[in-house]
Amino acid sequence: MIPAIFDYVRPSSLSDAVAALREADEEGKVIAGGQSLLPLLRLRLAYPEVLVDVSGLPELRGVRDDGDSLLIGAMTTHYEVIRDPLIQAHAPLLAAATATVADPAVRHRGTIGGSLAHADPAGDLPAVALAMDGVFVTSAREIPARDFFTDYLTSALEPDEILLGVRLPKAYTGWGFHYEKFHRTAQAWAVVGVACLVRRTNGEVAEARVGLTNMGPTPVRAYAVETAVADGPASRQAFQAAAQDAPDGTSPPSDLHGSAEYRRHLAQVLTARALAAAAGA
Amino acid sequence: MSEIAPEAVAEQVTPSAPDATAEVGRARRRTEDARLITGRTNWTDNIQLPGMLHVAFLRSPISHARIARIDADAARARPGVIAVLTGADLAGEQGSLPCAWPVTEDMVLPDHPPVAVDEVRYVGEPVAVVVARDRYAAVDALEAVDVDYEALPAVVDMERAIEEGADLVHAGEGTNKSYTWVFEAGDLDAAFRDAPVVIERRYVQQRLIPTAMEPRAVVCSAVGDEYTLWSATQIPHILRLMLATVTGIPEHRLRVIAPDVGGGFGSKLQVYGEEVVCLLLARRLGRPVKWTESRSEGNMAVHHGRDQIQRLSLAADRDGRIRGLKVDLLADMGAYLMLVTPGIPLLGAFMFNGIYKMDAYSFTCTGVFTNKTPTDAYRGAGRPEATFAIERLMDELANELGLDPLDVRRRNWIRHEEFPYDTIAGLTYDSGNYEAATEKALRLFEYDKLRAEQADRRDRGDPVQLGIGVSTFTEMCGLAPSRVLGSLSYGAGGWEHASVRVLPSGKVEVVTGSSAHGQGHETAWAQIAADRLGVPFEDVRVLHGDTGISPKGMDTYGSRSLAVGGVALFNACDKVIDKARRMAAHLLEADEGDIEFSGGSFAVKGVPGQARTLQEVALAAFAAHDLPKGFEPSLDSEATHDPENFSFPHGTHLCAAEVDTETGFVRIRSYVAVDDVGKVVNPLIVEGQVHGGLAQGIAQALYEEAVYDEDGNLTTTTMADYLVPSAADLPTFTTDRTETPATTNPLGVKGVGEAGTIASTPAVVNAIVDALRPYGVDDVPMPCTPERVWRALTAVRRGSAPPGGAPGPGAGGGLGSTEGTPGPGAGSGLGSAGGAA
Repeated sequence: MIPAIFDYVRPSSLSDAVAALREADEEGKVIAGGQSLLPLLRLRLAYPEVLVDVSGLPELRGVRDDGDSLLIGAMTTHYEVIRDPLIQAHAPLLAAATATVADPAVRHRGTIGGSLAHADPAGDLPAVALAMDGVFVTSAREIPARDFFTDYLTSALEPDEILLGVRLPKAYTGWGFHYEKFHRTAQAWAVVGVACLVRRTNGEVAEARVGLTNMGPTPVRAYAVETAVADGPASRQAFQAAAQDAPDGTSPPSDLHGSAEYRRHLAQVLTARALAAAAGA
Repeated sequence: MSEIAPEAVAEQVTPSAPDATAEVGRARRRTEDARLITGRTNWTDNIQLPGMLHVAFLRSPISHARIARIDADAARARPGVIAVLTGADLAGEQGSLPCAWPVTEDMVLPDHPPVAVDEVRYVGEPVAVVVARDRYAAVDALEAVDVDYEALPAVVDMERAIEEGADLVHAGEGTNKSYTWVFEAGDLDAAFRDAPVVIERRYVQQRLIPTAMEPRAVVCSAVGDEYTLWSATQIPHILRLMLATVTGIPEHRLRVIAPDVGGGFGSKLQVYGEEVVCLLLARRLGRPVKWTESRSEGNMAVHHGRDQIQRLSLAADRDGRIRGLKVDLLADMGAYLMLVTPGIPLLGAFMFNGIYKMDAYSFTCTGVFTNKTPTDAYRGAGRPEATFAIERLMDELANELGLDPLDVRRRNWIRHEEFPYDTIAGLTYDSGNYEAATEKALRLFEYDKLRAEQADRRDRGDPVQLGIGVSTFTEMCGLAPSRVLGSLSYGAGGWEHASVRVLPSGKVEVVTGSSAHGQGHETAWAQIAADRLGVPFEDVRVLHGDTGISPKGMDTYGSRSLAVGGVALFNACDKVIDKARRMAAHLLEADEGDIEFSGGSFAVKGVPGQARTLQEVALAAFAAHDLPKGFEPSLDSEATHDPENFSFPHGTHLCAAEVDTETGFVRIRSYVAVDDVGKVVNPLIVEGQVHGGLAQGIAQALYEEAVYDEDGNLTTTTMADYLVPSAADLPTFTTDRTETPATTNPLGVKGVGEAGTIASTPAVVNAIVDALRPYGVDDVPMPCTPERVWRALTAVRRGSAPPGGAPGPGAGGGLGSTEGTPGPGAGSGLGSAGGAA
């Protein structure tokens, strides 16, 4: 459990950080809280030559009200996300999902940016960013969530591109929300997770957003479910019927914690539960 | 069936109120905890010696292969590397790792070199060792060692391994069977002939990884021809003898120290190749060496536990009385036989009958080699497997007969007035009161109320069903009477040693051969000595775990420390008092027969004011100016205790589990453990042992499994894949005790280290099966993961509609619709206590 040799730099400006990555020529890796990267290094599953520590960059800090959206700095820790008043007001789904991440020690060190850039489909936050149509703000550009997660543990970030934060629209303020995480032990990753937002009018569901955790190499949006529940009754029966579409278009993994078949089944059960909880049904 | 007044029975066994002045019985906080918890202590990995070198092991990534060639030149050339040695380099001196338990005369016992020489037989087996100036250089150099492996067929499945023509783990042995061991009592044929009820089951005890909090670590130094080896071991005394035997280093030139050790659960009851190699390296290089393993390394290379396939047949009468039990085991040895590997399943041979009476019993165990990590002792060691089998069978029998699971047990268990009782397996249970423990557990559990809720949920078709699991268990502790070990061909005795030194100031040093690695001996032993000698608790220091300080011992495992080592201490204290009495009589100019000892003071009977404290007597003995004729100037005494019998803790555990029939998730709603461990020295330590044991037993039921793929690769090498539960996954346990003193030792103690682990696994699985009975489920393989529970339900739903009687739970959503068939029951998909929060 000792990593291979690597260099370590902690730049104090964004341009220096980008330059350090560029100089590393695709052999560099950004480190934030280190809660996902360090285990990979220690298991020698990753061999970066340079770690670029972004904890000294002011651009990555803080949660900001940006008019129509919140801009959450990449270095915001899970612990801070859970307690942030702006996030509580406009993106409580994110706070709820973040509260299920690992354990208190990890939540104090781990960051939202690190978690998203790691692009682990079993992570809890990618499905939330996808469900909320988040926008990833980087040192070079802005990337919509649907384009950000490209493959297993792979994002659209270029080797010399640094995630500064994620922009979450305030459009979901006041929507019902729920993150339904199914895992075998409290500290374990989700076997399947469902991030859900529901807007109700007159006792009916006007519209919904559903993102799925660990149902494929990337987080997945359950558009078929969203369509099926829109403009329909906020009843458990309706949610159960709509949730049958949850596995559509997914390609869940088979591993020690669940087969693909079981995950497809779980996606149905958990999506129905998440919709009901979010809708208060 | 015995009908007894529960209150009357319970009264006899209510734990005695502790004497306010007595140390024994006091819930003292453990004095060793401050240093253990803060880590400011002598963990092996904390030891730094001048000039120390660091060791790393290259381990086989292949389960079975011939080593064609090893090229270590590049590794040797790396900066900081001192040496790289292969098995061939060490072949002349490394010997073969010992197995101390040849269970049969014809047992197949293959050679087991600490570093593989020409063939590897499990993933994780050492193939080379690197010595470097620091740990980083050592680990980096591993990647520069080039090994050519020629793959051989992997033997992974025990049942296939013993088929004719199977691929062999040890080609030279001609078989994958190590031994077959048989025990028979009574007329089994008669018991099964015309038996109205026969229950036949096949249960799998999955392979587990012990997961002590502290990984293994070894430090070794050689100065001249004097060797000191520090190891995170449970067995410094046994290790010293075995290392001397393996390496040829004379026993009296080798000192073995187990400094503070962070848990073992049996995994450190071993003579490991890494220990041998560190000793050899220190001798070769003339410099101290250190090796500390990583968690993922340990998952592959620390011996594993359990791994049995059990075929069971139980014959009974219609009224539930057991006639006979037949047990046929396959026990996975892994690739080699280690210290007590072959004997572990046989410790269960005497426990499959549990607390029950029967006419006939047969036990057969075949040890099987596979290309997997060797197995050996793991908390409970044979007894959890046996207890699981009989307690699951009792529930199956109850179901077959339509009886309450507790009624079936009552009809078969040994009644409290029948002790001492000679069991069908040849043991004499000295004491116990199963009725009392059960009545107490039922009250705490609110059994009837939970049964009513269960019925209600069944009636409503609640997707979350409630199950109640029972486990009325006993176990054999206090390993072990030496004559019994001898009759089982074990390589040593089962005694324990203690000595007591009364210092001139009156302070007391207790030296014990028990080797604590988290159990709290330093506190409990001081409590025993303080009471016996009449000195303050704070005046007693307990020394252990170092063959230079505690030269005699048989170490700590099998819940033996208190029942054997504690009794040795008790006896040594009595010898101190006998000596001191004679000295006191001399000082008081009284007849020895007139001296009374109490509260740490010797007084002349009937003469108030004429007294000497133990401290005064000790000082006088130390000064030695005026001694009785022939009196040696010391009160120090020692005792070696060999138990006359095992001890038999027992208890009743009740588990209520909520099973989400839509997801398969199991949540333990409540858990009651009423244990009878005899007299208790420190209730707080007992409580801690029970809680930890429960967590470990529940973990087998729900979470833990060492998984190998078909090529023999261990796939659970990290704690992300090998799931060890935390407090967040477990309920708040309700624990209580009854107290039936052991009659075979003067302390009346039985042992508690393994009770929770042994009892809890079947309680949990019984609860899960009980919840799912109406669906037709009669087993879920361990660990009962959500997917396995779901699959068990899916299988029976595919097969047939839910059985009659109670309306089948649920209809509509969830599973049924996935399969395109009408699912059982009606209503919503959301359970009343399901996962939707």
